[in-house]
Amino acid sequence: MLAESSIEAWQFKYVLRLGDNALILGQRLSEWCGHSPFVEEDVAMANTALDHIGRARMLLTHAADLEGDGRSEDDLAYLRNERQFTNFLLCELPIDDFAFTIVRQVLLDAYHYLLYDALQQSNDATLAAIAAKVVKESTYHLRHSSEWLIRLGDGTKESQQRAQIALNKQWRFISEFFHADEVDHAAFSNGIGADVAKLERQWRIEIELILNKATLKQPEDAPLAASGRAGLHTEHMGFLLAEMQSVPRAYPGLEW
Amino acid sequence: MSKHLPLWEVFLRSRRGLEHKHVGSLHAADPEQAMQYARDVYTRRQEGCSIWVVQAIDIHASQEIEGAAFFDPAEDKVYRHASFYDVPEDLKL
Repeated sequence: MLAESSIEAWQFKYVLRLGDNALILGQRLSEWCGHSPFVEEDVAMANTALDHIGRARMLLTHAADLEGDGRSEDDLAYLRNERQFTNFLLCELPIDDFAFTIVRQVLLDAYHYLLYDALQQSNDATLAAIAAKVVKESTYHLRHSSEWLIRLGDGTKESQQRAQIALNKQWRFISEFFHADEVDHAAFSNGIGADVAKLERQWRIEIELILNKATLKQPEDAPLAASGRAGLHTEHMGFLLAEMQSVPRAYPGLEW
Repeated sequence: MSKHLPLWEVFLRSRRGLEHKHVGSLHAADPEQAMQYARDVYTRRQEGCSIWVVQAIDIHASQEIEGAAFFDPAEDKVYRHASFYDVPEDLKL
């Protein structure tokens, strides 16, 4: 039996990771605002970015409550340094071209859809309530992104090529999704977190279906040396944080 | 891809029991994409619970120039309105 304080430590980390993934992916996606291929997709992409930032707010607020140190969602989002962020590396990679963004969305939308579907049964009532809201968003996100990936993959020679290149570049980052560590184990065995092994089985089936429809070749699995969860990020993360955090850091406590 | 994707007209039903109303248009490659963009562009603030999308070229519109022949003849036919009945007092409208 874990002491109450240690329960909260891993619980905090578990929810913080979810919040960090949502925040960093939302920040990246919002870079498309005003730059999408056409105006309808621009609105769609911004909607999705805002969904992620919205869930980041709920998750970081909950994480801060679990931590009980008096920090707020804003403190967690804007006043932590690179090494203190625990998002997957895939979330922080630059947006690159449209195909790259769509591939990333498919890989992460499928993951989030399955993850939050499972988290609706969490013993953490707040997390379960957040999951119930989020799973609906992710269901739609996946519909939108997978539709696009099929269109690109099974489209012109160039769109096929770009989608395949993006997939090849990103595939090694998925090993991070399914590498369960002590936080995942503690969360799962206490009925708070999802079963990572089951998640991986479901995810691979889902992704295989989409890739087949998109006529894209699934790359070979490859190991990933660094881990965003351990605070070890790519060289892109510092720039992302600089942009995201510059205003609250330059004007601490500013309100308008 | 041609310069513009096909144009679609979007109709929304704001509540169950009400009719679909035209709310605007958008460009999309096919019905599924048109449906998704209609959702993203026109229902962000809970404006609807049902969406129809119709490709604009499938809509046949009356022409401005035909207005006189089409609509003016109804001008002096007030008897076509159901306004010449005495409504019984007991009837609740």
